[in-house]
Amino acid sequence: MDYFIELLFSGLTRGSIYALIALGYTMVYGIIGLINFAHGEIYMIGAFTAFIVATVLSIYGFPLLAIIVIAGVAAAVWSSAYGYTIEKIAYKPLRHAPRLSPLISAIGMSIFLQNYVLLAQTSDFLPFPELIPDFEFMEPVAHIVGSSDLVILITTTVVMLILTYIIKFTRVGKAMRATAQDRTMAMLVGINVNQIISATFIIGSALAAIGGLLIASHIGQINFYIGFIAGIKAFTAAVLGGIGSIPGAVLGSLVLGLTESFATGYVSSDYEDVFAFSLLVLILIFKPSGLLGKAETKKV
Amino acid sequence: MKLALSGKFVSTAACVMMALSVPAMGVAGDTIKFGVAGPHSGDLASYGLPSVNAAKIVAKQVNDAGGINGKMIELLIEDDVCKPEIATNTATKLASEGAEVVLGHICSGATKAALPIYKDKGILVMSPSATNPALTQSGDYPNFFRTIAPDDAQAEVDVNFVLEKLGYTKIAVVHDKGDYGKGFAEFAKKFLEESGKAEVVLYEGVTPGAVDYSAIVLKIRKSGAEAVIFGGYHPEASKIVGQMKKKRLKTTFISDDGVKDMTFIKVAGKNAEGAYASGPQDNASNPLSKVAIEAHKATFNSDHGAFYENAYSAMLAMVNAIKKAGSTDLAALKKVLQTDKVDTPVGNIYFNEMGDAVGVGFSVYQVQDGKFVEMK
Repeated sequence: MDYFIELLFSGLTRGSIYALIALGYTMVYGIIGLINFAHGEIYMIGAFTAFIVATVLSIYGFPLLAIIVIAGVAAAVWSSAYGYTIEKIAYKPLRHAPRLSPLISAIGMSIFLQNYVLLAQTSDFLPFPELIPDFEFMEPVAHIVGSSDLVILITTTVVMLILTYIIKFTRVGKAMRATAQDRTMAMLVGINVNQIISATFIIGSALAAIGGLLIASHIGQINFYIGFIAGIKAFTAAVLGGIGSIPGAVLGSLVLGLTESFATGYVSSDYEDVFAFSLLVLILIFKPSGLLGKAETKKV
Repeated sequence: MKLALSGKFVSTAACVMMALSVPAMGVAGDTIKFGVAGPHSGDLASYGLPSVNAAKIVAKQVNDAGGINGKMIELLIEDDVCKPEIATNTATKLASEGAEVVLGHICSGATKAALPIYKDKGILVMSPSATNPALTQSGDYPNFFRTIAPDDAQAEVDVNFVLEKLGYTKIAVVHDKGDYGKGFAEFAKKFLEESGKAEVVLYEGVTPGAVDYSAIVLKIRKSGAEAVIFGGYHPEASKIVGQMKKKRLKTTFISDDGVKDMTFIKVAGKNAEGAYASGPQDNASNPLSKVAIEAHKATFNSDHGAFYENAYSAMLAMVNAIKKAGSTDLAALKKVLQTDKVDTPVGNIYFNEMGDAVGVGFSVYQVQDGKFVEMK
């Protein structure tokens, strides 16, 4: 039973890690129907920004909490700037092009950013400072769920609640939903669609950056390639949960994380990915739009 | 290392080289003929020529000191350009010229092609550089020995360390599913099972680059393993030791030379402390190694190249074997090689039944205060 609970928390942590990235995928897809393959790179840039800021601040002897907050804000702002710029450069000019064009553009952006960080920073793995300390009250259960697991779990929950609130109850959220439903109609009723799309990219990128900080601190290392692998898994999770749906992204991520964790724990980690992707295939066969996705109806 | 075969070399040049390199000047009966085979021309010559130099230096030392039981060493140097198809010719030629023992060949592929010919003639062959595990382990070549550790040797070194020095009985073996890591893990598992002293409680591969290894770490804990032997490279290793620390595991971490890299210590930081990793043995403190290197400087006025110390050691081992056996009969030589320890630049060595040098190759290092410290 202990083992089950350990695996459960391991899976939840892993799922929450995917969720922080998957939310950005699903938001962008919900609004403009584009799979933003460069999103994993935004996450990676967030981690690098946090790394640089945290390293500099710790040299000046800032307290840990201040480092987390400043590094988190800096990473969120910097990644948002990247997200905003990518949208303006790579996607906006292609908004009326066939769907395949922005997709290729996104893949191009992803490769560009990876190589840019590779050249501008390094190809080596860098040690990421442990920003989340071991809380003393967690010590009795530290062998089951660690402090950084706890922070990741809480952050993901809070972020999902805030996002749901924004989308359901604020003017921006209403405008987002309107844009997602019918962009032309939204424009006609006076919504600045371009601004809303930019806002979506900014929110998604900021989330990815916070994810980058937390995950890098949890794992303890970063390099230019981390965004690609994490991005693929998060994308899978978003599709699993129903791409375009925010609770779906979180649910899909948790399902994916738990599947991987239990597959490793009870079967073999050799088959971790086999189980994860078999599950994806099965769910898509029986529910093509994902767990919480809405089936697309073709208007005639 | 495995030497790839070059396709660039023109075989006619090899024939010319072979024709030129027959300094058969000794009188039969008064000398012991050492064949020296390897790439001495072409783009892999840099791997073969240091062995020729080693053979010349040792032969001169032995001859100056009165030879082996009164007989002088005569070297028959033959080029195989590292190609299997030429190596068979080289071997045939050496055998027909009466080579009694052979230092070589250099490349695993060429060595494998040449070995059956020597085997038929009962000629002892000792390679300073062919690392393919099957050369010795297949059991096909009872006449083959080598003074370099085979690719699987570090698995054995790690396993022995765990069993003998640490005395653990429950071991988890984890790898990164790659050629190198999985190969290492398979050998580690095999050695553990064969030893009969320890139980492999877990054998699994992890996905490189995955965001989180806590599930496998939990599984290691549940398995009750006292140590984890990990086959792979340092990025995964540092993640695993980090997760082990986070989950409060006290399990010992032991890995291969893909992990024995300063980056591992740099990235894993204090989590790396106490972890073990095997890596090539450090010969620098061996006085014989210094002697061998200085002899090369004095004779050739240049730095020695690849496998020089291994070739030098092979020569010493063969000379010692012939001296003790009193003949070049294969069975007698084998007996000495397998029982008598020789001091060589690569250490105090003897050979196991398969022909691999025991005491050569890898050492286990432990991370102590941010440095790899060799465990004696």
